[in-house]
Amino acid sequence: MEEIIKVTDLCKNFYSKEGELQVLQNINFSLQQGEILSLLGPSGSGKSTILNILTKLLKPTSGNVAIDGTIGYMFQRDHLLEWRSIMDNITIGLEIQKNKDPKAIERVEKLLKTYDLWDFRNMYPKELSGGMRQRVALIRTLSVDPDVLLLDEPFSALDYQTRLLVSDDVYKIIKNENKSAILVTHDISEAIAMGDKVAVLSKRPSTIKSECDIDLGLGESRTPFECRKVPKFQTYFDLLWKELDNNEI
Amino acid sequence: MRFNDKSIEYEKYLKDVKMRKIKIFVIQIVLLIGFFIFWEVLANNNIISTFLFSKPSDIYNLFISYVSSGVLIKHIGISVYETVLGLVIGSTLGIIIAIMLWWSDTLAKILDPFLVVLNALPKTALAPIIIVWVGAGVEGIVVTAVAISIVITILSAYNYFKNMDEEKIKMLKSFGATKSQILFKLILPGNIGNLINLTKINIGMAWVGVIVGEFLVSRYGIGYLIVYGSQVFKLDVVMMGVFVLAVCAWGMYEIVNLIEKFYYYRQRKIKG
Repeated sequence: MEEIIKVTDLCKNFYSKEGELQVLQNINFSLQQGEILSLLGPSGSGKSTILNILTKLLKPTSGNVAIDGTIGYMFQRDHLLEWRSIMDNITIGLEIQKNKDPKAIERVEKLLKTYDLWDFRNMYPKELSGGMRQRVALIRTLSVDPDVLLLDEPFSALDYQTRLLVSDDVYKIIKNENKSAILVTHDISEAIAMGDKVAVLSKRPSTIKSECDIDLGLGESRTPFECRKVPKFQTYFDLLWKELDNNEI
Repeated sequence: MRFNDKSIEYEKYLKDVKMRKIKIFVIQIVLLIGFFIFWEVLANNNIISTFLFSKPSDIYNLFISYVSSGVLIKHIGISVYETVLGLVIGSTLGIIIAIMLWWSDTLAKILDPFLVVLNALPKTALAPIIIVWVGAGVEGIVVTAVAISIVITILSAYNYFKNMDEEKIKMLKSFGATKSQILFKLILPGNIGNLINLTKINIGMAWVGVIVGEFLVSRYGIGYLIVYGSQVFKLDVVMMGVFVLAVCAWGMYEIVNLIEKFYYYRQRKIKG
């Protein structure tokens, strides 16, 4: 398998008048092509900071980030623009990158048809449910055909039932489109259900405490929802819970 | 849920809503007419002095004679012209400056104390200076109107721009958006409603500028009519001026209201 992201000895400090805040300390991880990595950590552990550095919205203080490909970012909230139709919301990334050609539009239309949003393309965000809006946001991210998706707690704004449904959808879409992804979350079950690999972050200054490959033996039929039913799921849960719990003390 | 066959209760609800609306409108009209009748009766019975307060019938007669001689339309025309010019220049320039401040944080920080002082200062105090500098004609009056509306436009518009959701900006940046793309795809379209509201506030501001300017120098306009009337103690001229002014200001407000409605209507139409 090909390594698509490699992060080595990443450190990040924030400076303010009150002083210096060390957020990340010697973060090391890598992401293989076609893999989903869950970054699991308590709030304030600098998970979003890592994603912001990967998207180059922030500069690392020291360390090295190597990315072999383009990046798409999916946020906690959908951030759809109310004055644009669903179609125009999805193509905003293409507009910005001045790539809105017939070929790109065709790709977007195919995505819309595949993921049951075709009938809604001329509607406005207000008319869609929370789960649908989040799917639209994912397709907006996919419209520019990124190699890696960064998911920043993408389900935490949804109610529990919708969250389970949408995480199934998002998982299928990522796997179908053969994308790699990094999922940031504080939800242990979600990290296991979605991830091929879970990396646990410690409290600030954060470092990767441990990494754990998730193998629930489901093979091709794996979906986040099915994962939750496998007995081994609980074993992983307990394992990760201990990792997180130890950090608290 | 929408039902095609309206239930009796729903029909009743609709009727109630409509009746209430009509009731309020009728009361408003009655209040207005009552006020004028009351005034007229008091004046006719010498309870209030017509020399100081004039009376509705005198004002109406004067209005008719001014209209038929064509003088009034000239006064109104010039004042409305000045106000519209002041409003358009003040709002446009204000929004452009607000965009510049949004663009450059340093510029915003540098100009901040000056804008705060300018905002606190009653701009009418600047009117005599402006008129000396710019000239005693329409130009001076328009500049006065601009001066009054521009500062509040800059400050409010800048605030609206700054309050745009940071995460939305980040979303655009994650696609590699430039600053001007963020401006034209997010900041401006996301604030159209706010900017229309700002224009509504500016109508009042521009009128203040125009009337003060006309008080000071002009030989035409509604402000001139009012100040002339008070100087020669013809209170019916003053009162008529004030009423005409109220109607003009209201009319402009309604025009902007219509533009707003049209804008939202068009947005809804795209949807359907």
